[in-house]
Amino acid sequence: MGTGRLGAPMERHGRTSATSAPSVGEPESGGAEEGRRREPLRRRASSASAPLVGASAEGARWDRPGSYSGPASVSRQRVENLRKKRPLFPWFGLDIGGTLVKLVYFEPKDITAEEEEEEVESLRSIRKYLTSNVAYGSTGIRDVHLELKDLTLCGRKGNLHFIRFPTHDMPAFIQMGRDKNFSSLHTVFCATGGGAYKFEQDFLTIGDLQLCKLDELDCLIKGILYIDSVGFNGRSQCYYFENPADSEKCQKLPFELKNPYPLLLVNIGSGVSILAVYSKDNYKRVTGTSLGGGTFFGLCCLLTGCTTFEEALEMASRGDSTKVDKLVRDIYGGDYERFGLPGWAVASSFGNMMSKEKREAVSKEDLARATLITITNNIGSIARMCALNENINQVVFVGNFLRINTIAMRLLAYALDYWSKGQLKALFSEHEGYFGAVGALLELLKIP
Amino acid sequence: MAECGADGGGSSGDSLDKSITLPPDEIFRNLENAKRFAIDIGGSLTKLAYYSTVQHKVAKVRSFDHSGKDAEQDHEPPYEISVQEEITARLHFIKFENTYIEACLDFIKDHLVNTETKVIQATGGGAYKFKDLIEEKLQLKVDKEDVMTCLIKGCNFVLKNIPHEAFVYQKDTEPEFRFQTNHANIFPYLLVNVGSGVSIVKVETEDRFEWIGGSSIGGGTFWGLGALLTKTKKFDELLHLAAKGQHANVDMLVQDIYGGAHQTLGLSGNLIASSFGKSATADREFSKEDMAKSLLHMISNDIGQLACLYAKLHGLDRVYFGGFFIRGHPVTMHTITYSINFFSKGEVQALFLRHEGYLGAIGAFLKGAEQDNPNQYSWGENYAGSSGLMSTSPALGPTQRARSGTFDLLEMDRLERPLVNLPLLLDPSSYVPDTVDLTDDALARKYWLTCFEEALDGVVKRAVASQPESLDAAERARKFRQKYWSKLQTLRHQPFAYGTLTVRSLLDTREHCLNEFSFPDPYSKVKQQENGVALKCFQCVVQALDALGWEERQLALARGLLAGNVFDWGAKAVSDVLESDPQFGFEEAKKKLQERPWLVDSYSKWLQRLKGPPHKCALIFADNSGIDLILGVFPFVRELLLRGTEVILACNSGPALNDVTYSESLIVAERIAAMDPVVHSALQEERLLLVQTGSSSPCLDLSRLDKGLAVLVRERGADLVVIEGMGRAVHTNYYAALRCESLKLAVLKNAWLAERLGGPLFSVIFKYEVPAE
Repeated sequence: MGTGRLGAPMERHGRTSATSAPSVGEPESGGAEEGRRREPLRRRASSASAPLVGASAEGARWDRPGSYSGPASVSRQRVENLRKKRPLFPWFGLDIGGTLVKLVYFEPKDITAEEEEEEVESLRSIRKYLTSNVAYGSTGIRDVHLELKDLTLCGRKGNLHFIRFPTHDMPAFIQMGRDKNFSSLHTVFCATGGGAYKFEQDFLTIGDLQLCKLDELDCLIKGILYIDSVGFNGRSQCYYFENPADSEKCQKLPFELKNPYPLLLVNIGSGVSILAVYSKDNYKRVTGTSLGGGTFFGLCCLLTGCTTFEEALEMASRGDSTKVDKLVRDIYGGDYERFGLPGWAVASSFGNMMSKEKREAVSKEDLARATLITITNNIGSIARMCALNENINQVVFVGNFLRINTIAMRLLAYALDYWSKGQLKALFSEHEGYFGAVGALLELLKIP
Repeated sequence: MAECGADGGGSSGDSLDKSITLPPDEIFRNLENAKRFAIDIGGSLTKLAYYSTVQHKVAKVRSFDHSGKDAEQDHEPPYEISVQEEITARLHFIKFENTYIEACLDFIKDHLVNTETKVIQATGGGAYKFKDLIEEKLQLKVDKEDVMTCLIKGCNFVLKNIPHEAFVYQKDTEPEFRFQTNHANIFPYLLVNVGSGVSIVKVETEDRFEWIGGSSIGGGTFWGLGALLTKTKKFDELLHLAAKGQHANVDMLVQDIYGGAHQTLGLSGNLIASSFGKSATADREFSKEDMAKSLLHMISNDIGQLACLYAKLHGLDRVYFGGFFIRGHPVTMHTITYSINFFSKGEVQALFLRHEGYLGAIGAFLKGAEQDNPNQYSWGENYAGSSGLMSTSPALGPTQRARSGTFDLLEMDRLERPLVNLPLLLDPSSYVPDTVDLTDDALARKYWLTCFEEALDGVVKRAVASQPESLDAAERARKFRQKYWSKLQTLRHQPFAYGTLTVRSLLDTREHCLNEFSFPDPYSKVKQQENGVALKCFQCVVQALDALGWEERQLALARGLLAGNVFDWGAKAVSDVLESDPQFGFEEAKKKLQERPWLVDSYSKWLQRLKGPPHKCALIFADNSGIDLILGVFPFVRELLLRGTEVILACNSGPALNDVTYSESLIVAERIAAMDPVVHSALQEERLLLVQTGSSSPCLDLSRLDKGLAVLVRERGADLVVIEGMGRAVHTNYYAALRCESLKLAVLKNAWLAERLGGPLFSVIFKYEVPAE
């Protein structure tokens, strides 16, 4: 393939990340000074998505798809350029979060016989290993149902695979990289998330791999916009809920993001980041909260002794939060009309747990449910306030907290609609937690 | 004083006695005249409010009837003094634990006589629960009032009527509490009430407020979730645990995700990325303290964030926090303050209230008392009858804190006349009356507290001497001593107990304590005598002044004003001289004065000004009775009148030390008018007007002055303000900026203060100021 001539295509290590904020939430009680310093205001993502003029070995200009460079030669020149600029396989995008590592892998399906011949053993073994399994080790999982088929990336056709494993297994992953002799492939790992920094040294010393660290918010936005543009194997990527409060009538319906801007993006990982997106490369981090998926799962572990996110959600699905929470009607006997508060609204999360008798009467399932409702309502409330302050009416919720979490999604949909009197729409996306990793892959391929 | 506790102790009173630390008659004071009850029953504390009348002894002065009499004899006093009973209105608020509610209701019932009250206004979550008990015990009909409406009414009331009600809290700084000066316009503001849940209310006017949002994550979440996680049942104990914990063991911090790289990225590694993020594991145990701390941060941060989002949406920057989650707990005040600073980047201020716990009760009371129009009056916090802010000493755990097992009191006196800003203040919103903040200045605090302690025996002596015919004066004086002494000790340890500690508040507290034990005016006789002596010298002094050339006379008048000011029984140095040498006279006082140039000396500028056109109208705040007023102020007034300047002479409404009161000033003016045609015609033609300040303090708060005075100042277009005396021109108002010319005059009769200002004892302050154009 001859791409070896390109040498190291990525010379931008960490550059775009220098000024960015992590997708984390809240302060602790330390120095207020530090706290204030760290929140960047409106920032442009342009540095991340701008073509890198003169950065590659050849110094050739990277043409944006669709950019105009002469009628006749366009196609040929582009293909040629693509070939030259394409990084070596394998193509990975990595997002190392606080709880989960998200890995996207592009499996080329258009490998020619000639290419196959040239393909080194270790590359082939990686491809086979990843595509022939759905689980890796005891904790790695490939979300087969999310696989994007027949995707064209940098002129190559193939499938995009979505894999996740817990961040605490990162050492094992690096070890595997070493065992499979990744470094011999001269590949570049584009990684985002805080772990890109935390594990950078380990990648280098143990795996002999150089990480290209990328800003996580840049990657997130890039990933979302890209995935939305390619759809979901012919279906819509984005969806919403109709009648979210009614379990009979509730329907998940596709939503076409025709006019994506402005958009409030709420990324619920371990913590929560809220971004206002005004265009492809103009966005700002509005705020964040530390009450996120990590809080739900962490509290559930403490309160119920559960050990997995799935288990926590399963318990929550069987619980009754009204035994745990104090509702408006528990205080006022019905609606609090003076303030227009409905009786069913939660007045105090875990408020009933102030009483010893009620503490003794609740089940673990009730506690799990209440934890889920508390965290979800709070995120909805903060998101709604941000939407109002930023004057944005479509809110997209993403992040792995929403994975298999219909309760939370329906609650967000309902709460946003109810409290905004129908002004705000909650939207969701099929690949909820993988956008950062996709963004990292796009960076590797320099797809703007 | 109510006698009820002493001899009326029925069985219920006895049971109450066993459970509480104060005798009930000192808690439920003035019950015999009580009417209009209100009660606010919260989750753990009950707040009772009632309105009562207090009988005070007051010293009244009255001119002798001179008609048909010959010229007065030498030894006859200039007027007579009589002690009369006066009835004033007072609001009582008592806070106690719910466990005492039954005993308290019994006690009230036993001592409630002659009341026409039929209804009790009730609010708070517990009002429903205790409705039957209250109706049965008190035979009063319970009228339930809306919780938030009461809170907001109460909040408006304290913000308007209690100086230094609101404060910002800064942990680990000295002082921890920074009290805010009251704004003339308190609206609009945001009230964030953190009870079991959180209510966020935007208050726009007295009657208009709107619930703009809330959150279910509040005090109930801390308590309920905390109890589940730590098996600790009590709220206070949970806070105590939290104060000792390390949240980083439970929370996932930025540095946990980023490793060491956060530093190079310019991030704070200590920021919480995910609350309880580290507890998502089955194989670790977490300590109760750490979990409680993590929970506290989680909830405080969340509340602060939402408050900021709502404040931003509604364009508000004043956010008051209340509710049981906050209530004086330094731990939560700190975390909330931190969160607000973080999320608003300093644009929003977290404010707390000294009487936050009483808001509901005050509001419920006000709702029931609408026909008495309490909002039309000005009210003043009675320092003698109020407990002050609880100790927040970190050495005390919440379980040891004074609020357990004791009763907290707040008493407010209805002032007879409404108080308003002096219209001549340059910027009412930034005006701070007091020159030195003793909460801030530890050295000055120590000095003044000691000074007041040392002066106490003298005050007691004078109080007893002022009532020679009274049998129990010595006993009352002993009680006064005890009360004021204990207030001073409280203030040594909790300087913030009644807001910003100042020389003024120390003086006012002493006056309140004296009044409390029926020493309304210990100096009445001294003042009477001094006024008599001074009146006899008036003509002589005026003649001497008139004999001087114009320029000489102006200096003599200024020196006279200052010399008169040496006479001040409030200052220890002078009272020593006066007690030992009663012949110490006006001339000798002048000799004591510092020679020019004075310590602060803008006399030349003043003289220059006098050569110009006369002022339209001068507002003069008088200080002491006797020589100061009669031989210092009146000749000066007379000169101004002769120049064509109208004069408003403002004297205290009530007695304080030897300061001249309004009623005394009326008699003195009348007597002078009888001798002096200039003063006589000026009074007749209303070119000289005597008014009252609305105050009974030896100091002067220009933001709380009698409305009548303010109206007059506006009508007459006052363009000169003269403030004399240490209390009014040095302890207060030394830095007060006015919109017109001002003279601030004082003799420093306190060696420590003089030294601090860089001069010897009896240094002179002559500060003439002209506002910048």
